[in-house]
Amino acid sequence: MIEIGLGHYLALGAVIFSLGTLGIFLNRKNVIVILMSVELILLAVNINLVSFSIFLQDITGQIFTMLILTVAAAEAAIGLAIIVTYYRNKGSIRVEEIDSMKG
Amino acid sequence: MTDIKFLIPEIFLSISIFSLLIIGVFLKNSFEIIYKSSMFVIFSLLLIIFTSNNDIVKFFNASFSNDNFSLYSKILISVSTLFILLITKKYIIDIKTNKFEYPVLILLSVLGMFIMVSSNDLIVFYLGLELQSLSLYVLASIDRDNLRSTEAGIKYFVLSALSSGLLLYGCSLIYGFTGSTNFEQIAIASTDFNLGIIFGMVFILVGLAFKISAVPFHMWTPDVYQGAPTSVTSFFSVVPKIAGIAIFIKFMYLPFREILGEWQYILVFMSIASMILGAVAAIGQTNIKRLMAYSSIGHIGYAIAGVSVGTENGFQSTLVYISIYVVMNIGAFACILLMKRGGKYVEELNELSGLSKNHPLVSLGLMIILFSLAGIPPLAGFFAKFYIFMAVIENEMYTLAIIGLVTTVVSAFYYIRIIKIMYFDEPKKPFEKFTDYRIHGPIALSCILLVSFFLYPSILNEIVSSISIF
Repeated sequence: MIEIGLGHYLALGAVIFSLGTLGIFLNRKNVIVILMSVELILLAVNINLVSFSIFLQDITGQIFTMLILTVAAAEAAIGLAIIVTYYRNKGSIRVEEIDSMKG
Repeated sequence: MTDIKFLIPEIFLSISIFSLLIIGVFLKNSFEIIYKSSMFVIFSLLLIIFTSNNDIVKFFNASFSNDNFSLYSKILISVSTLFILLITKKYIIDIKTNKFEYPVLILLSVLGMFIMVSSNDLIVFYLGLELQSLSLYVLASIDRDNLRSTEAGIKYFVLSALSSGLLLYGCSLIYGFTGSTNFEQIAIASTDFNLGIIFGMVFILVGLAFKISAVPFHMWTPDVYQGAPTSVTSFFSVVPKIAGIAIFIKFMYLPFREILGEWQYILVFMSIASMILGAVAAIGQTNIKRLMAYSSIGHIGYAIAGVSVGTENGFQSTLVYISIYVVMNIGAFACILLMKRGGKYVEELNELSGLSKNHPLVSLGLMIILFSLAGIPPLAGFFAKFYIFMAVIENEMYTLAIIGLVTTVVSAFYYIRIIKIMYFDEPKKPFEKFTDYRIHGPIALSCILLVSFFLYPSILNEIVSSISIF
């Protein structure tokens, strides 16, 4: 049996963080997927903070996590609202079609 | 509880925002009254800040700090917000975004910036930053029946949310490897070399660079500036930039002061890249808002050059630079807001041709502002760049200074091209004539400030040189 320590949690956080970042850049289809990727990034941060908090025996990290959860919810709400207004004008939320401005 | 008196501006602002929201919901067609009272709120905020004491204190468990630096940034933020609200009112009514939410959102973002610049703790900083960004997302897409405005909103939202994520990841690493979220504790804990802290610093730097649109994280700027309504663009190009640069300086000089050697080269690189991109990419632009976006990227490059020096002189020159930049940009956007023909606002550069024949005074004002943006003596824009280069050369960073000088010359090309269009091109039909002291006044004021700055440059210098970061 291996002991699960801080390093494992940090590795998990780093993997989820990279998944979220890659999801934003590789995704060519749907803006909603980008929204999910942003949530993934914030969750990776939360994993990091909570594991650090346990490891350091310090409550600050967990308080930070609660605040990040709240902000993430607000951010998702605003993001969805913007996507809805965009869909009303354009009729599509495909990422590659968001290009009316170039130069 | 005695510490609460240092937080009076923020408390006053949040109470005003709540009351304005309630009034806006219950009163029909309340745009006019809400707009006027928002301007009144900002004005009273200024009075409150001026009368508040500038003791250097850390309060609420050292998570906030009250000092000259935060007070100066707050004054700059509120003055420029006041002027932006003044010049954009007619535009907002003309394009029918005159909903009462508009001024309330601006006040909310100002509250976020206030919290951000006076923060002394990663958590408080993050909350202030998010309050600012969330209001700015909505502001960018406020013209919700316009495809470009909503597209600007989506682009700004996605990239800004990504940058917040990167910044937060950096915060989590910093917290983990220093054991604290307090700026002072972070500085103390980072005296020994630690790779985790360096990684966290880089992530935070990337997030902040996104917010102030420094190269290589500038991709959103031209699209958002062009797509958002001009009233919002003028706000974007001035106020969040002040707050962004202020918190940038604070991060570099407070929590990361012990690892100066690590961030200095990143900043030098970002500064050089921004200056070059701002100078080169703006040359081919035909849309004036897009051109202003590239111009602001270039200006941010000069501002970062001042920070990258790493001395007290360096960040003071950046503060002077950003103050003068604000004056120039408010004037420039006031002129852009006058470009209205046949009931529609136009944004193409060649629409300006013959401005000198039709509106001689406005074109004279715009010429002064553009010369100042290009950094031609004896206007204020020259002195702003001069102080930056002085600080850079004093620290023997000659490459940075030389590249900065070269890009200044290159960027003068596109500013002077606009002047050529105004004065020497075939005249077009005149813009709609209206005399509105709320637009012409700020143009005149900004020109007077820019022209007369060389008489008493010591006024601004003395104020700024008393500012230091603790």
